[in-house]
Amino acid sequence: MFLSMNWISDFVDLSGLDKTELIHQFSLSTAEVENEIFFKGSELSGVVVAEIKSVENHPESKKLHLLKVDAGDGQLTDVVCGAPNVRVGMKTAFAKVGAKIGEIEIAPRALAGYTSYGMCCSEAEIGISDDHSGIMEITDDVPCGADLKEIYEIDDIVFEVDNKSLTNRPDLWGHYGIAREFAALAGRPLKPLDVEDLTVFSDLPSVDLKIEDPLCQRYSCLQVENISRSVSPVNMRIRLYYCGMRAINFLADLTNYLMLEMGQPMHAFDSRKVGKIRIKRFDEPFVFKTLDGVDRKVDENTLMICNDNTPVAIAGIMGGLDSEIVGDTTTLTLESATFDAASIRKSTVRLAHRTDASMRYEKSLDPELTVPAIGRFLSLLKKYDSGVKVVSALTDEYAFRYDTVELNFTKAFVDRYTGIEIDNDTIVKTLQSLGFKVTLENDVFDVVVPSWRSTKDVTINADIIEEITRIYGYDNFEIHTTRSPLYPVRPDAVKLSEEKIKDILVKKFNLHELHSYVWAYSDELKDLGIEVEDNVKLANATNPNIETIRNSLIPTQLCQVKTNVGYAPEFGIFEIGRAVTGMTEDNLCVEKKLLAITLYQKTENVKSLYFELRDILAVITGDIKHKLPEFKAKQPTHGYEHPVNLNSIVLDGKEIGTIGIVHPNVGRKIDKKACIVFAELDVQAFAEAETAPIIYEEPSKFPPIDYDISVVIPKGVLFSDMAKCWANEGKGILKSAKIVDSYDTDMFHSETVRFEFSSNERTLSSVEVQEIMDAVINNLKEIDVRLR
Amino acid sequence: MDKIRELKEQFEARLAKTDNLTLLDRVRVEYLGKKGSITALLKGMKNLSNEEKKSFGADVNKLKSYAAKRIDEKVEELRKAEIEREIAEMPQFDITVPANTARGSYHPITLVQRQCENIFKSMGFTVEDYPEVVTDYECFESVNIPKHHPARDMQDTYYLTNGQLLKTQTSAAQNAILRKYGKDLIENGVPIKAIFPGRCFRNEATDASHENTFFQMEGMMVDRDISISNLIFFMKTMLSEVFRRDVKVRLRPGFFPFVEPGFELDINCLICGGEGCSSCKHSGWLELCPCGMIHPNVLREGGIDPDEYTGFAFGLGLTRLAMMEYKIKDIRDLNSGSLKALAQFSDDE
Repeated sequence: MFLSMNWISDFVDLSGLDKTELIHQFSLSTAEVENEIFFKGSELSGVVVAEIKSVENHPESKKLHLLKVDAGDGQLTDVVCGAPNVRVGMKTAFAKVGAKIGEIEIAPRALAGYTSYGMCCSEAEIGISDDHSGIMEITDDVPCGADLKEIYEIDDIVFEVDNKSLTNRPDLWGHYGIAREFAALAGRPLKPLDVEDLTVFSDLPSVDLKIEDPLCQRYSCLQVENISRSVSPVNMRIRLYYCGMRAINFLADLTNYLMLEMGQPMHAFDSRKVGKIRIKRFDEPFVFKTLDGVDRKVDENTLMICNDNTPVAIAGIMGGLDSEIVGDTTTLTLESATFDAASIRKSTVRLAHRTDASMRYEKSLDPELTVPAIGRFLSLLKKYDSGVKVVSALTDEYAFRYDTVELNFTKAFVDRYTGIEIDNDTIVKTLQSLGFKVTLENDVFDVVVPSWRSTKDVTINADIIEEITRIYGYDNFEIHTTRSPLYPVRPDAVKLSEEKIKDILVKKFNLHELHSYVWAYSDELKDLGIEVEDNVKLANATNPNIETIRNSLIPTQLCQVKTNVGYAPEFGIFEIGRAVTGMTEDNLCVEKKLLAITLYQKTENVKSLYFELRDILAVITGDIKHKLPEFKAKQPTHGYEHPVNLNSIVLDGKEIGTIGIVHPNVGRKIDKKACIVFAELDVQAFAEAETAPIIYEEPSKFPPIDYDISVVIPKGVLFSDMAKCWANEGKGILKSAKIVDSYDTDMFHSETVRFEFSSNERTLSSVEVQEIMDAVINNLKEIDVRLR
Repeated sequence: MDKIRELKEQFEARLAKTDNLTLLDRVRVEYLGKKGSITALLKGMKNLSNEEKKSFGADVNKLKSYAAKRIDEKVEELRKAEIEREIAEMPQFDITVPANTARGSYHPITLVQRQCENIFKSMGFTVEDYPEVVTDYECFESVNIPKHHPARDMQDTYYLTNGQLLKTQTSAAQNAILRKYGKDLIENGVPIKAIFPGRCFRNEATDASHENTFFQMEGMMVDRDISISNLIFFMKTMLSEVFRRDVKVRLRPGFFPFVEPGFELDINCLICGGEGCSSCKHSGWLELCPCGMIHPNVLREGGIDPDEYTGFAFGLGLTRLAMMEYKIKDIRDLNSGSLKALAQFSDDE
């Protein structure tokens, strides 16, 4: 919203103050001002009023005229002018030689063989409207030679306030409310509005008016006739133009002017079309032509202004074409009303039509405004068109009143909230300057909130704090830390695991952390031959490609691998992200935080890549939980899983994840010449697993004994099967068993296992070691593992 | 005596021919071992007279110690030679060949998030984790955004088919955190100090500066006498730490339903230092984070009496911060999954 400093100055005397600085303060204390401030008229000088004394057609040009003008300097000046509306006796804006208009300096200039000593200007050229159809028409009463800037309010400072920052301030949608803020900031009084007394018309007949719907809070109207003026005064048009509105005709301009001044939207109907005003909704949708000529579909939830049963306006949004003021309108009915904010907001959304009026109604306007707005309208109307006559009583139906908001609080409350000392006098003065009624007794403030702030904006004591502190100025706050007591902070287990996992993967295994979206990308997955599994969906996705929420991060990661093929012959990626893995009984999403890792390598040796990933998982659990996971073969449940070598990751007997190889169907689509393996881990479940304590074992002072055996292992026997053969035979002196060599032929698979024996109490004898090994070898025989 | 001289000459010749330590060991055994030739000389003494035995024995012993000394000298000599040879054989490496710099990388959000978390952890804040799928109550109702509130229009929400939604703001965690720590606050006077980073979602079209998925970090502190003065202090301290310099901050009134008073916090532009440049649209200031005093309704809904306790809350756009920190121009790079873009961030401070 654009604001004019001249207009604001109608209501508060800001003379002698730095306006730019005030605007800056306004931005810090009230609402955000856009960066650029416009100094209107600053690039205009030397333009005066002149009368056209003679007009001759240019002998060779159809468009150009040769004029002699009187610019009030006692001589006639030759001017060549191309405007179509020149005529003898007309007064216009004339830029003399030496005048400045923007970057142009007027100099004598040859035009089609004649010299022009100056230029007649259009309103657009002067910058006071966008009308460049002809030169400006100036009324006869203005003397020739008068500087245009002295007779009209061309010089002005205009700034723009970000509408978003006014969302909660219905009182700031007009200059008067803004002026109140400037008055408070400058510490100067706000002048009352010049309003016509409407009670004098109470003997006149009322307008036939009835609110039939609770969505209309208040409806005030007045009938006026005998309006003769059609063009608005120049200064009014300038203000409208500077504030971003076009002048239309006097009556339309005046309703707009009122809206920009007081924030109250108004509408003028042709009284012939609205004899019986009813405000209501219709049961059936219908088509309604608004005054911009557009047919709009209005539904049963939209509040309408009607002439009995004929709709004449969409309440709070726009009038209808049929009831608009036209050339032969003699009597007009002026509407000044308040409607339910949420209803207007929803109607504008449904109609996809937001207007200056609806924008204001959406903010919950003060119903107390409607009558003063009519009074103000009438005062301006009379000022500029003295013959007008009021032909009805003020008719006012006030259906919904907001409660008066009264608050009370103590000085201690203010001190506690602010953390600084603001004295009682400052508090009282600040609130009073903003229109609050304040009484102070024994450090207790009793405050009555003005009606324009109590529609939703100021309802609780904390709101008062804002009023006091914003005017006090946050830049003026002395800042300090809290006096809160200190207590230890317990870190979140999941968070802790998460950070450790990231460090291990990045620092130890050179993996790359990527992020991805929480939904499954169906198109990309389709390209990889991966089916999007059924899951909870976005109800209002604009893009069907992202409709389904993912139940695992692995398909997403496979898409990422595809994206990065060609980045390097080998890479590993990971993400700790979310997926929805099911629904609870109450139909709520079961959201899991998952770690996904995918390794990619251009190789034929899938086994080594698979074991690399297996080792990564072992290091994660080993480093963080001081124990190793177990792996248990499982059956594939997703299309992208290779049916062989798919394992559950088991920690403390609980299944917390999966490790596997990508199914060749999918793998080939990503890269024919590479191997891809993946793992996924439930981070929450992992974090919940207990961390094994570190149990210190004193280093033995006695020499250890190593005992190697080479065994032939039949198909299907796992190392973990063999481990059972010595698990219970060690007698406390078998410390470890490791594979030190393995050997494959076409005939058999063989491994050399090294057993380490040691004791802290004595030097071991070969006899006792042999006894244990005999038992182990015996056990191995039972599962068909034999010495080579 | 001849035998002794003969053997000594033989020993010298043998020693001269010995060029490594293994052979030298063999020489030692051959001459000085139990069955060695010098020892053997003594065995031939049986037939000699006592007088002769004495002098012969002394000569043999002399030879014995001579041989031992010579062998030790030879050992030393050979060792020296071996070391010299080893040194001579060491090739000169080309240390200028490119280093193997293979390394992993963190997502830039992780790095910025850690930075912020560390600052707050150092001030005794807990770091909270919260789901991405939340209820209408968590995201809106509990933080003073009832149905039909205009603030809901400002946030285009992704609703799910089961009626839940993807959280539009980290504030969705506020109620749960107030409830989680409220008891300890009320019973034991332990202030609530928490930050909650998280991923948020808005149903909007994406371009270089708009994403439907982005990270925020929210923080709050609740205690008996938390004030606006404290809020400004914390904001200034935090941002000075984040940007590792003394930043200037200013507050403007801002409207957010979950705070009252609410503020927009600006910092002086990091590019121009406040002079005005294209980054700050020549204002010298950057709008950085919304903040304010927690709305009494939000405290009440979290089980905390707003007459007893006050608190502040703030939000910080982690995605925006990461883009500022690393000069990332296109927000979409962050979720692109492209290693070309994202494998560059290894620094973990």
